[in-house]
Amino acid sequence: MANRIEIQGLGKAYNDRWLFRDLDITIPDNSVLAVQGPNGAGKTTLLAVLCGLIAASSGHVNVVLGGRQLSKAERRMHLGLVSPDLKLYDGLSAVENLEFFCTVRGLPFSLPRARELLEFVGLAKRGRDFLGNFSSGMKQRLKYACALWHRPHILVLDEPTIHLDEKGAELVEQIILEQRGRGMVVLASNEPAEIKFGDQTLVLA
Amino acid sequence: MSLRRLNLGTKPLSWHRKCIAVLQKDLRLEFRTRYAFGALIMFAVTTLVAISFSLAGGMADTDIAAALLWIIFFFSAMTGVSRAFVQEEETGTAIALKMAADPAPVFLGKFLFNAALLISIAVLVVPLYLVMFNLSVAIVGGFLLTVLLGVVGLAAAGTILSAIAAQSAVKGSLLTVLSLPIVLPLLIGATSATRTALSGSNPGSIMTYISMLLFYNGSVIAASLLLFEYVWHE
Amino acid sequence: MTAVIVASFLYVPAIPGFGATGETARIIIYHVPAAWLAVLAYLVATIYSVAYLLSRDSGHDRRAVVNAELGTVFCILATVTGAIWSRAAWGMYWNWDPRQTSIAVLLLIYAAYFVLRSAISDVVRRARLSAVYAILAFVTVPFLVFVVPRTFPSLHPDLGADGSRVSAMSPEVLVVFVASLICFTGLYLWLQNIQVRLHDLQARRLLERGNTSWGS
Repeated sequence: MANRIEIQGLGKAYNDRWLFRDLDITIPDNSVLAVQGPNGAGKTTLLAVLCGLIAASSGHVNVVLGGRQLSKAERRMHLGLVSPDLKLYDGLSAVENLEFFCTVRGLPFSLPRARELLEFVGLAKRGRDFLGNFSSGMKQRLKYACALWHRPHILVLDEPTIHLDEKGAELVEQIILEQRGRGMVVLASNEPAEIKFGDQTLVLA
Repeated sequence: MSLRRLNLGTKPLSWHRKCIAVLQKDLRLEFRTRYAFGALIMFAVTTLVAISFSLAGGMADTDIAAALLWIIFFFSAMTGVSRAFVQEEETGTAIALKMAADPAPVFLGKFLFNAALLISIAVLVVPLYLVMFNLSVAIVGGFLLTVLLGVVGLAAAGTILSAIAAQSAVKGSLLTVLSLPIVLPLLIGATSATRTALSGSNPGSIMTYISMLLFYNGSVIAASLLLFEYVWHE
Repeated sequence: MTAVIVASFLYVPAIPGFGATGETARIIIYHVPAAWLAVLAYLVATIYSVAYLLSRDSGHDRRAVVNAELGTVFCILATVTGAIWSRAAWGMYWNWDPRQTSIAVLLLIYAAYFVLRSAISDVVRRARLSAVYAILAFVTVPFLVFVVPRTFPSLHPDLGADGSRVSAMSPEVLVVFVASLICFTGLYLWLQNIQVRLHDLQARRLLERGNTSWGS
C-alpha cells in the first residue's frame, strides 16, 4: 500500500460560516501539494486540520504511512510544521529549543545533530543565543530546524519563505526538493515562486 | 516501508522523561524572567502586610488566621498558576507544543511546575505569616502536611482549569470563577486542619482533615489526567 | 402537583420540634425534592457531558445544557427554601452549615458552567470545554455531599443524632412528602423533555438553513 494523504469531503465551519467545504484530493508519496487562495480563504485552517490541530466539521483526512492509517497522535509524530502561527520559545536559546522539542517528542537529544541542523539552516554560530535576540528571519530558519529534527515523512509549510532573504529562499527550495524525494510536502502560499513547486495545486476560493 | 523505519529507529523516551522536559523548560524560562514568582511573592507579602497592619499587630484569632492563610494561598494560586497555559497561548508557543508533545507529559510537567511554584511561595510566606500574626503552631507536622497538600491541590485544579481558561476570551479572570467551586472543599478542609494545627484543640481530628485532603488531591489529579487530553487537543 | 401543594398546607399536621409552632417544617416537602433534583440534574448533565466527549454528538451537548439550566433553577429553589427554613427554625438565614455550603457550592458550579460557556464563542470548543468542566466539578461533588457533612457537625436535620429520617415522619407527612418527591421529579422530566425538543428543533432549523455544521 502506497504512502499517501487522502482528503475526503473535508469541510470546516466556524459557527455559522463554512470556510471551505467538500474538498477531495489525494496526495501521493514523493509529491508536493500547493494550496493557494486569497487572504482569509482558509489556507492556514486547512493546513491546521491536516496537522490534526483543528477538528474538521465534515469529512476526514486519512494519512496512510507504512501500510496503515495513522491516528492523530501518530500523525503528529511523522509530520513537521512550519507556520507563522507556530512560535518557538523566546526565553530559550536555539539549542535549548531544539533540545526541548526533540525530548518532548520522545527522541534523545544529541548535540552533534543539533549543530548539524543549525549549520544546515544557516544558524551555525548562533546556537547559544536566545531566541529573543533573533531576527524574524533567523527564527524562521530555526523553525525549519525544529521541524526537520525528527525526519518527518510529511512537511507542512505555511508561507514557507516569509521573513526570509534570498539565501533563505534558496534553503527552502532545497528543503522542499529533498523532502519531495523522501516524503511529501504540503505548502500554502500566494507566492508564485513557491507555488511552482506544486505537483498538484488546490485553490481555495 | 515499515513504520518503524520511518522514524529514527531508536527507542522512544519514556513519558516521565518527556514530562521532565516540560517541567525543565518551564523552570528554565521562569528562572530567567522570574515573572510569576516575583508577582506571587509581592502579592502574598503585600496582602499579609496589609492585614497585619490593619490589625495593628494584635494577635488574630486562630479561626480567622487559618482562613486568612488559605485566602492568601488561593488568590496567589490564581495569579501564579494561570501563567502555565495563558502564556503559551499568548506567546503563540502553544501550537509548537501541541505538535510535539502528548497531553499527559504536558499536564504533569505543568502541574509539577505549578506545585513547585506554590510550594516555594509557601516556604517564604508561612514563616512570615506566623511572625506577623504572632502565632505558634501546636501540631507542627500536621500543619506542614496541610500546607503541602493544600497547595499541591490548588496546583492540580489550577493547572487544568487554566488550560481551559486559556482557550476562552477572557482568560485570567475566568480562572478564579471556575476554580472557586471546585477548590472549595479543599479550602474548607485545609482551613479546618490549619485551625486545629494552630490551636492544638481536638488533635485527633487533624488526621481526618488530612486524609480528606489526600483523597481530594488524588481524585482531582486522576480526573485531570483523564480529562486533560480533551482540553489540550480538539 | 396542585394536590400536593394544597395537601402540604391543609392535610399535613404540624411537625413538632421545629420552630415555635412546627408549621415551618412543611417546607421540607418543597426543599428536599428541590435539592434532590438539583443534584440529579447535575448528574444527568455530567453523563451527557461524558457522552459528548466520547461521541462529539451535538445533541448530547444540548441535553447537558438543558439539564444544567433545570438544575440551576431547582438549586436556587433549594437554597432559598433552605435559607427560609433556617431562619424560621434557628433564627438565621445563613450559617455555613455543611449542607448549606454544599448546595451553595453546587449553585456556584452551575453559575461557573454558564460563565464558561458565555466566554467561548466557537460552538464546538464551547461544548468540549464546558463538558470537561462539568465532569471535573462533578468529581468534587462527592466531597461536598458526603464527606464534608460527615466531617463537620451539622444542624441539618437528616444528619442529626436520629437515624433514618424518613421513618421518623408521621404517615400523613410521609404520604405527602413522597408524593411531592414524585411530582417534582415528574415536573423535572416533563420540563426536560420540552426543553430538549425545543433545542433540537432550533438546531435542526439552523442546519436546514444550510449554513451551519452544528446541529447534526
